[in-house]
Order: sequence, then C-alpha cells, then structure tokens
Amino acid sequence: MSEANSMNLISALSQEELQAIDAEIAHVPYRDAVAIDALKIVQAHRGWVSDESLSAIAAHLHMSADELDGIATFYNLIYRRPVGDKVILLCNSISCWIKGCDNLQQRITEELGVELGETTSDNRYTLLPVTCLGACDKAPVMMVGDELHEDLCEESIIRILGGSTTP
Amino acid sequence: MPTIRIDGVEYEMEAGKNLLESCLSLGLDLPYFCWHPAMGSVGACRQCAVVQYLTDEDEQSGRGRIVMGCMTPVTDGAIFSLDGDRAKGFRESVVESLMLNHPHDCPVCAEGGECHLQDMTVMVGHRDRVYRGQKNTHRNQYLGPLINHEMNRCITCYRCTRYYKDYAGGTDLAALASHDHVYFGRHQEGVLESEFAGNLVEVCPTGVFTDKTLVNDYTRKWDLQSAPSVCTGCAVGCNTVPGERYGRLKRVHNRFNAEVNGYFLCDRGRFGANFVNNDERLESPGLRNQTGSYDPVDHHHALQVMAEACSGARVAGIGSPRASVEANYLLRNLVGEDNFSPGFNDREHKLVNLALELQQASSAVTPDIRSIESADVILILGEDLTNTAPRLALALRQSVRNKAFEMAADLRLESWQDAAVRNLAQDQLSPLFIAATGSTRLADVAEENITLAPQNIARLGAAVAASISGHAGEDLEPEIAGHVEAISTALRAAKRPLIISGTSCGNAEVMQTAADVAEALCQSGQQTMLTLTVPEANSLGQAMLAGPDSPSLGKLAADGNFDVLVILENDLYHRAPEPEVERLLATADTVIVLDGLDNRTTSAASLVLPAASFAETEGTLVSLEGRAQRHYPVFAPKGERRPAWVWLLACSKELGLSTAADLHHFDDITRDCAANIADLAGITGAAPDHHFRNAGVKIPRQPHRYSGRTAMRADISVHEPKQPVDEESPLAFTMEGLNRSQPGSLLPFVWAPGWNSNQSLHRFQSEVGGPLRGGTAGMRLLGPGQAKESGPRENPPAFSPTQGQWQLVPRYRIFGSEELSALSLGVAELCEDGYIEIRADDALGLEVGEGDGLNLNDGLATLEVKINNSIAAGCIGYAAGHSGTANLTPGENISLQKAQGWKRRRPQLIGSDRSTEIGSGND
Ligand code: SF4
Ligand code: SF4
Ligand code: FES
Ligand code: FES
Repeated sequence: MSEANSMNLISALSQEELQAIDAEIAHVPYRDAVAIDALKIVQAHRGWVSDESLSAIAAHLHMSADELDGIATFYNLIYRRPVGDKVILLCNSISCWIKGCDNLQQRITEELGVELGETTSDNRYTLLPVTCLGACDKAPVMMVGDELHEDLCEESIIRILGGSTTP
Repeated sequence: MPTIRIDGVEYEMEAGKNLLESCLSLGLDLPYFCWHPAMGSVGACRQCAVVQYLTDEDEQSGRGRIVMGCMTPVTDGAIFSLDGDRAKGFRESVVESLMLNHPHDCPVCAEGGECHLQDMTVMVGHRDRVYRGQKNTHRNQYLGPLINHEMNRCITCYRCTRYYKDYAGGTDLAALASHDHVYFGRHQEGVLESEFAGNLVEVCPTGVFTDKTLVNDYTRKWDLQSAPSVCTGCAVGCNTVPGERYGRLKRVHNRFNAEVNGYFLCDRGRFGANFVNNDERLESPGLRNQTGSYDPVDHHHALQVMAEACSGARVAGIGSPRASVEANYLLRNLVGEDNFSPGFNDREHKLVNLALELQQASSAVTPDIRSIESADVILILGEDLTNTAPRLALALRQSVRNKAFEMAADLRLESWQDAAVRNLAQDQLSPLFIAATGSTRLADVAEENITLAPQNIARLGAAVAASISGHAGEDLEPEIAGHVEAISTALRAAKRPLIISGTSCGNAEVMQTAADVAEALCQSGQQTMLTLTVPEANSLGQAMLAGPDSPSLGKLAADGNFDVLVILENDLYHRAPEPEVERLLATADTVIVLDGLDNRTTSAASLVLPAASFAETEGTLVSLEGRAQRHYPVFAPKGERRPAWVWLLACSKELGLSTAADLHHFDDITRDCAANIADLAGITGAAPDHHFRNAGVKIPRQPHRYSGRTAMRADISVHEPKQPVDEESPLAFTMEGLNRSQPGSLLPFVWAPGWNSNQSLHRFQSEVGGPLRGGTAGMRLLGPGQAKESGPRENPPAFSPTQGQWQLVPRYRIFGSEELSALSLGVAELCEDGYIEIRADDALGLEVGEGDGLNLNDGLATLEVKINNSIAAGCIGYAAGHSGTANLTPGENISLQKAQGWKRRRPQLIGSDRSTEIGSGND
C-alpha cells in the first residue's frame, strides 16, 4: 500500500482513538500485538467496527485488513455490524440452559420484538447469545450493556428491560 | 538410525523425521490433511492419528494413547499401531466430523477424481452418514479470473492460509470467524494479490480452491492426456504437467523437481500456458498474394516455396530465445553460422552473453533451488525477482527463514514443527539486502531495501566487493556509502552467501559487480552462490549456441543485405524498436516466418509456417541455472501445424544440405548439436532418447481410466481414427504402458492406487520430499568455473541526472511483461496496457497526475502515468514487455511532456470517492 493511500485510510479514525491505540502500542514489541485492544477502542467509541474502521486500524498497525478481520471475526464480542445502544448478552451455556434460559429468551423476544442477532427498531437493544458469563452460580444470567443481571426470571427480565426502556 | 515398531513390524527410520512422513516414505497408508511436505506439521486436522504404546506390555494389552503421526518424532524403540481398531476408528470419526458440513457435491466439483478428501474418506473406510442436521453454507467470493472459490467444501485443515500467508508471504487471505463458521477468504471480494496464489489449487485438499480456467473448460484428471513439460514463462524452467483433451490445453499442474521448482509454480506458469488455445493460432501455411492477404497452402507446397526461395540465395536466420535448442540449431545450420542471429535485441545480446560468461568464469556456484533455500545471507542487485524469475522469489521467502531454523536447532526443535518454529522466531529473518530501481515485491522480508539508479546499484556492488576484499573504497555518494558496511559485514559472516543479479535492469555493470562480490567472497574462502537471471526460457541456451560474436538484431540490420530472412518464433516488433525492425525486414526481399500465433512479424512475412507450441512438440531448453531440460508434446499438433524443427529439417533436406543428411529423428538433432556446440555438449543428458523403454514398454500419456476415447469424435464420424504414433520419444499417446520409477524427465502424471490426487507424488519420490526415484530431471551445463585473474576493477561512474531528462528503467510485471502468457485466458484480464512510473514530485513538475498521459521524447511513446515514489530519483520506470513500450531502451535518457488530448482509461478517484468505495462494503 502506498503511503498516501494508507494515510487516507487511517484518517477514518479520530484523534482520540488514535491516541488511545498509540498508548497501547507503546507497551508492546510489535504493533500488531495491540490488534484486539485497538478493535475494542474503536468499538468503545463507535459501538461497532465498520469495514472502514477496520481498514483504518489495519493500516495504522501495518497489517493487512484481511489479517485483522481474521482476528476481529474470531471474537464474537467484536461487532462487525451495527448494534443497538445496548447489547443484551443472554447466556445460553450449560448452567443457564438448565435454569431455563430458553424461556427467558422467548420472553425477551416477545417484549422487544427481536430474535437473537436482531436490533430493536428504536435501536436501543441488540439481542445476542453468549456462552457462559462466568456467573454460573447465579444462573440464569445476562448482561445488558456493562451490567450483569443475575438469577433472572421472567419478571426480573421485564423489569430490567422495561426499566431501561422507560425514559 | 532409530528402529521403531509399527503393528508388530520393525522398521529402521531416518532420524529427525516425523512418524507421518516416515510412514509415507515406507509406502504405508496413513491418512492426513494439514501436513504438507514443504510446510511441515501443525497437528490441526487430527487425521493422522495413530496409537502409541509405552511398553511391550501396553502393546499386548492395547493400552496406548492416541497421538498425531505428523507431530510425533520417530525415536528409537517407539511402538505404534496404525491398523489397530482404535487408531482406525479414530481416523474414521475424524473424516466423519470433517464431512459434517461438506456438501458431497463431487459430481459437480472440479476436484472430483483427484481429490485428497475423496481419497482419505475411502482410505479410512467412512461410508455411512448418520448426521441428519442442517449443513452450514457459505457465500463464495470472487477471487479473480484465475481461482474459483467454493467455501462449502472446506474441511478447515488450514493448509490454504498456511501456504498463502506463511509460505508465500501473501497478506490478503485469512481464516475468518470461528468454530462452525470458519471461512477462508478475503476481507472483501477481489483478485488474490499473491503471484503464487495458483498453488492453492494443489495445496487445498478439497474443491474449495480450483483452477478457474479448468472449471470453465472442464475435464476430469482421469480424462486428461499429459506429458512432462517445462514452463516457458521465464528462464527458471519450472517443470510442469500440462493436461489436454479434445485438442485443447486444459490446465497446467506442477511437476515435482527437487532442484528446480519443488512443489510449486508461479501463476504465470500455471495460468499462462493457455495461449496454446488462443484464436490467433495459425492453422495452415499462408502465402501472401498480390492483395496482401494470405492464401492457405498445404505443407508440401509451403516447403517447396521455402526451399525455392532459399536455394542459392543469401539467407539470414533469426532464431529465438523462446524456441528450443534444436529448432535454433537447425536454423543456424540452414543459414550458416555467420548469418545466424540468436534473435536478441542489441542490449539483450550483450547482457545475456555476459550472464553466461560471468557464470562460466566465476568460482561461485550457480545454485539450484534447494541451495537457494539454504542461503543465509542474500544480496540482490537490480532485480525484482518476483516479476522476473518468480519461482526464485518464492524460494527466497524460504531462505530468509534460515534464521528461524537456526534458532530452532539451538533448542533441538525439528524444522517440521512449523507452528513452534514460527512462534519462536517471530519476525526474525536471515538478512536479505535488495538494491533495485524501485520497490520490489520482496521488500517485506528484506532487511534493507535500497533504491538507486542502475549505475549506482553497480557502484554499491563494487564498493561491497572492494570492502570484502579489503580494498579501500573511494568516496561514495551518501545514499550508497551508508549501506556498504552492513552488507559486507553480513556477507562476510555468512555460511552460505548468495548473490543475485541479472539482465532485467538492463545494465551490464550491475551484473559484473554482482559477480565481483561473489568472487571476492570466494577468494576469502567462503562457499558462495551466484545466480544471474536472463529473460526467457531458452535465453541461456541461445547464448551457448550462438555466442557473443553472432549478430544481434541491430547488427544484422546494419550489415544486412540478404535475399531471404527466415525468422523463427520471434515477434521482432515485440523485441526491438520499430524503426530497427523495419530496417531489418527491408534488408531482404523474402521474409519467411515460423511461429505459432499471428503477430506483427508474421503479418510482414511473404510465407508463414504455423509452428507447434511447446505443448505440441519436443524441445530442449536451457534454464537460467544452465540446466538443459526436455519438454514433450502433450498432444499432436492439429492440421498443418508442425513443430518448428520438423519444418526446418524438412526444408534442409529439400535443399539437400549435407548437415541434415544424417538427421532423421529429433534425437539426431540433439546429438548433432551436442557434438558440434561445446557449451551444449551435455544436452543429450537432459532426458533418455526415444529408444528408452520402461520395463520393456512405453510410457503412457493417458491414465488407465482414460474414458470415452472411442466416442470423442463420434459427432463427426463413428470411425475412431488411429491414435497418433510418437516416434520421437519413449512416451505414447495411449493408456497402455508403464508409468512408474522411470527417469524424472519422463513422468507424465502422478497416480497411485488409492492416491488419485497430486498427493500420490510421494509414491514416486525416493522419500517424502526427496528427489524422484527415477532421478532428477535435467542436465546441468554449468560447472563451477575458473576465475580469471583480475585486479580491482575500476569503479563504475556514478549516475548524474540531467536537468529535464530522466533515465528509463524497465519495471516488470508477472502478468504483462511476458509476451505469450499475456495472451492466455484469465491472465489477459490481469495485464495492463503499458505505463510509466514516475515520482510524485516529478509528476507535480510536469503537471500530470495518475491516469494522465505522458509523451516520451516527443513521440517515442505515449504512456499512462502511475505515481510511484519508490522509483530512484532521476529515473522513470516503464512497464517492460507491455504494449507500446518496445521502442524504449533501458538506460536511455529521455524528456517528458504532458500528452495533450490523452483519454483517461479509468475515471479519476478523488478522496471522497475512495471513502465511499471503502464504505460500500458495510451493508
Ligand atoms: S479451503 Fe481448502 S486448504 Fe483451506 S482450510 Fe479449507 S479445505 Fe483446507
Ligand atoms: S517461475 Fe518462471 S518458469 Fe517457473 S512457473 Fe513461473 S514463469 Fe514458469
Ligand atoms: S453457563 Fe451461564 S454463566 Fe456460565
Ligand atoms: S496431518 Fe497430522 S494432524 Fe493433520
């Protein structure tokens, strides 16, 4: 890639994002070692990682977009498509499954009108499954945004989601 | 040598190998997917599972553990079971699980019939499918005109990315997503960038990556007629197996040669042979009539016309570095030594002969590819190898890993432990220094990339040579001086230094100083290798045949006054400046041209003879390594087409030439040439002669499952014509015969019971990855030379740019710089029209931008502008070999003006277009 071309690509990132990424680079021997952190930084700013952002990060880390996309798509918590304001990560791994996560999912679907992988039309929520949140003793559990909600039942789900839908 | 026991039988094994390759070398069937002889082991697919026992008692009681054969070193006393129920059951279940998402679409899959997955499935005995769930499906990508993508067939062995990224240095193919969704492809659709992407076709054990030109004109492997052949794409001379059906060349596969190309080809070689099917192929001899068009005549008539024209006349012959030694030799005899030009343009003539002379006179060894891969410090002067001798560039990508192998050896880590060795070395590479006129495609693995004008590359070389031999260097330009120390220190410390240069930058001093560096290293007692590239498949053979004193094209034009000019497979308009060609053609009243494809030179002829392509004739070619290699007809030439040697021999006989009296067979010509041309004395050793028989029988070109032969022409007539008889070689155009253990030069295809894919190769090797059992193909004509005494050479003069003038430097492209491959389906799509590469500051001064037109020397040529800031200051690059560039001579100083009225070929992109272009992939 020519220098001009790569500068052009990198310009898709904000100064803030670039500074945060550079701060990570300062700690490692190889630029591409911060690939995951850089993806997380951009996702924190934009909610997801678009193709344009991905190419920009790759150019900044001196990697190919293909290589970085291999990393980005490996992790299900790096979002390569737009998501709502908050992501609901509903655990469907063994403990939560035993404790009835399937019913909970149905409840959420009824309440919000979205299936797994979909975003509500008001763009508030995206519903995704996740494999174990490490809180099996409090199963069933889910995360909404950054918050973990434990010992869920159909009522608490409505409360949590209803609560956050009311302005 | 460790002794191990497998299923109760003791075997002596070679130390340092893994169990899988050892088993295969023994002829035992152990299935595998992810391991590859050239890429080592990662233990990803679990297919090569065996049971290992710690003690004899364990073996008796069956208490062992499952291990992966490809990850298990053979150690003395180890006990294994391949055939036990546990091992077999495990391997069967691996195939079953790998096949869960496989579409079972063999009937419509291009891999079918030569598929490693089919073979392994049969080998493990997996038959009944119990999985009733839904299969995952993927969307396929457009990967360019050469390679087809069908992701559903993937078994996630990871061979493709390991080959593409790790082995070939490509960056645009990745393993995407995870678990059940893993996808091997590009970030976005588009042409695969690597010049070696085509090997994916052979590396992928399933039908994910297949040859698109084959897919579009399909024939199964068992229906292909093949012959051992040699790539004519460049001077490396990679060994190939082209396959034919219905008179069409269907595809080219790699033919293993441990010393030339190993397991891999470049994409010019794999996809660039399709010109054989080009519509512009000449069908019959043509005689020009008064109106200037051509009347087709039969070959008797054509020969008579030729003989009449030549009889008693002054005849000059122009040979060709893309024609065989034999055809050139016959032409030389026909016209006489003094009237024979090897067909080089003036500069080429000087450079190719110099390349030969330097190698003959050097104490350094001209290395084969294995030796190249063993080099630990490399200096390249003036070559962009990936585009001039591509396969060597792929080899250099392995050479720079020697540092990693050294680090591994220190830890007693076997080199086949691929993941471990790569992990250990990270980005540590053996030093590779590249000095070129602009950036090269090996830049990513080079320690230093130095951009200089050709004269200064030569000065750098001279300074390195002086520094190695301890001479005080003179004052150097700072852009050169800064590199001398690092390069000479590294070279002096090297165990196996390799110096590479060649004809491609068009400067004799560059090659000369490269040879000086090699000589200086030899003098200081180091085992040194020297590789000099030349342009074409038989350039070196042509220099050996004709020598430096033979006339170049320009010389012939200057002193020529001939009645007849016979031109052999050489489009002069492609090779030399137009005015020179016109002058040359005007020297003779009659111009006779032998060639395969219609071109400007055939259009200037009064008589045209249609010549067989490399795929329809036998011939000997001498590679840049000085290796004489034989290629054989894959199929008989159609209609009135004849091999050039047949035309020339018939004409010589018609003329009653004494030199041709004793020549009857192709072999006679080879022998006669070997007897008369000292440098070519070894060519008879390139392959056995036509008397050779394999255990008493000929070698079949068709596999024994070849089908439908009797029906092939049934739409025309139900009477099956007789198969062509091959009187010139030990090969036959039939299924009958024996294809096993014959000399490597005679291997038409690989197949073994249970091994239908190209993986059957190991059954033809002395050991896995080792040379062919019948011996390595080809005969080396260059031995280590005797250095001539010479004192320190005078330093070449420095480059001094003139105001308002630029020096022309040729720049090469794997697709487009070679004439014939550019006429191949698929490849043609990737070739560009001629262009000029110029630095942004120069462009600014000339008020041009990317896509504008530039006028060179007021009308010498008008070419499109590409901005390339890596071009050496004061120089401009041009796309060598491309349309519109034949008039340009390397090293020439030229002036530039913006071309008025130039029409852009592509709309100009501005910044905001670029970002929407990127953004459009988001939905
Ligand atoms: S595409 Fe082919 S080589 Fe790559 S992982 Fe799949 S089966 Fe293996
Ligand atoms: S490196 Fe040269 S000889 Fe080898 S396949 Fe490529 S073009 Fe053909
Ligand atoms: S299974 Fe749900 S948190 Fe572990
Ligand atoms: S070949 Fe051994 S694990 Fe794949």
